[in-house]
Amino acid sequence: MSSVTTRSSRPPAGGPRDTQDPPKRRPKDDTRIALIFIAPAALGLAVFLIWPLIRGIWLSFTNYNLLTPAEFVGLANYRRLIADPIFWDSMKTTVYYVLLNIGIQTAVAMVIALLMYRLTQSTLLRGLVLTPYLVSNVVAALVWVWILDTQFGVGNQILGWLGIDPIGFFTDSAWAIPTIALVNVWRHMGYTALLIFAGLQTLPPSVYEAARLDGAGEIRTFFSVTLPLLRPIMALVLIMTIIGSFQVFDTVAITTGGGPANATNVLQLYIYDMAFDRFQFGYASAMSVGLLIVLGVITAIQYRLSRADSSDMS
Amino acid sequence: MSTSPTTAPDALEPKTENELQGSSHRRRHKLPTPGKVVAWAVMILILLITLLPFYWILRTALSTNPGLLSDPASLNPPEFTTGAFERVLGFQSTEDALAEGGSGATLNFWRYLLNSVFLATLVTVCQVLFSAMAAYAFSRLRWKGRDQVFALFLAGLMVPAVFTLLPNFVLIKQLGLIDTVLGIALPTMFMTPFAVFFLRQFFLGIPMEIEEAARLDGASRMGTFFKVILPMASAPIATLSILTYMAAWNDYFWPLMVSYTDSSRVLTVALGVFRAQSPQSGTDWAGLMAASLIAALPMFLLFMVFARRIVNSIGFSGIK
Repeated sequence: MSSVTTRSSRPPAGGPRDTQDPPKRRPKDDTRIALIFIAPAALGLAVFLIWPLIRGIWLSFTNYNLLTPAEFVGLANYRRLIADPIFWDSMKTTVYYVLLNIGIQTAVAMVIALLMYRLTQSTLLRGLVLTPYLVSNVVAALVWVWILDTQFGVGNQILGWLGIDPIGFFTDSAWAIPTIALVNVWRHMGYTALLIFAGLQTLPPSVYEAARLDGAGEIRTFFSVTLPLLRPIMALVLIMTIIGSFQVFDTVAITTGGGPANATNVLQLYIYDMAFDRFQFGYASAMSVGLLIVLGVITAIQYRLSRADSSDMS
Repeated sequence: MSTSPTTAPDALEPKTENELQGSSHRRRHKLPTPGKVVAWAVMILILLITLLPFYWILRTALSTNPGLLSDPASLNPPEFTTGAFERVLGFQSTEDALAEGGSGATLNFWRYLLNSVFLATLVTVCQVLFSAMAAYAFSRLRWKGRDQVFALFLAGLMVPAVFTLLPNFVLIKQLGLIDTVLGIALPTMFMTPFAVFFLRQFFLGIPMEIEEAARLDGASRMGTFFKVILPMASAPIATLSILTYMAAWNDYFWPLMVSYTDSSRVLTVALGVFRAQSPQSGTDWAGLMAASLIAALPMFLLFMVFARRIVNSIGFSGIK
């Protein structure tokens, strides 16, 4: 299921996991000491990952308000979920956000990665593009709320000089989701660019040589050589960024809190409200399971695509 | 709060990478000059978009609120003052605070800072140590069921972090640890699948002979781990520690669930509260930006010291 390589998207077949096992000449069994070494991590895995996973699924079949014991209600939460217009609305909002966020972010990151690859190998430059990623979502959200403030934000001042009326970036329901998507593009584009950059470095230089000899220009080379070769890596980048994007919460909670009029009520926010404002942990868990399924399906689809494409590399 | 970072083992083979870069650099054909000019122009534009908001934080933090409102677009801080920093850190008198547009309410900033430092340190030290121990057991020890247990850890990589938050909250509540820093730390204190996976790859690359030599000299397994393996893997351990520290420092969603009062409130949550508390009369933007800057500063300092390591570590671990 998993394998690792350095700077290569396609590990050799057969799983490198076992290649460096201790040599056979020492067939000693280390079970006792291994148990000591593995105990803390195994405890963490069991208690804070596997158990919550099972419990989350179990809670989705119950009514639970934290105070009284969970009461099994079968599929009631799921029936409610299917009939809940707010759930579907927030699912739509989330998908809209993900499409904008990932679409723009991937395109911008690709441009940054290509520019860095073609122009300079400077570590300083790579460090600079990464700076927004160092601050928390909260700080990123706050600075943009200030810059884009309708009355006193410098963003609207500049628009004013250009003769454009002030835009309520976070207060106008048509603008709120695109603005939040762009704030997160700002924070993540450098990081994503470095991922793509690392992918570019794995491409064999010889293919560029060939493209040049055939007289292909920059743009032609990008679409005919770079992009097809990069497809498996892009698939991987997309899986990770899309999964992260679907879990958006921090930026929305800080900037709009779901408003105006539920226009930015993304799924995580709705789940959080359901659990912590209305104490309906059972229903909130059912929605979490719904999100889990969506993410699972997306991962499976993209995993297949990336596998299917991996033959491009050789 | 997002999916695990992909970080490639880099420190053990810097040569390979340099060679790669060198050769690709030499063979790369030159861009035509006008194209290059445009390319640099785009790059500079991107850098401006990336960096200007940070200047704007600083400029705002060094202003008074009345100044900000009367002169919203000036490049220099209007009515330059360090009052906002003093206000956030609790050194400013109430009269001065009100005069500069603060709320006049005191902010327990030092407490939040302390909580953040304590949380991030606790999570980082424990998570890295326990993950390294597990990684050692998975890479160097021979025991029954090893591959099956490792597969279980890898499966953990597939669980989106956000799914475990609600059940973990219920668990932390049952443990009576709500509103404690320990309660915030616990779920990530013992391990993350990513950390185990990441370190195991490095341990596999350490030559067996070195460890065997130590064993022949009479070192125990435990001694070998602490005196041989950990020092030899210090580069990836440092990288992982920085990434873990940053993740713990910047996390918002989980601490928001667990902490209710100042006793466990961390900086990210405090910033959110600070923003929400602002009265209708107007947000204390200077104070908010000063607080944001102080909250982000430790990460910038970490980054300045370890920039090369962090930047080079971002790549593909090929997790599929």
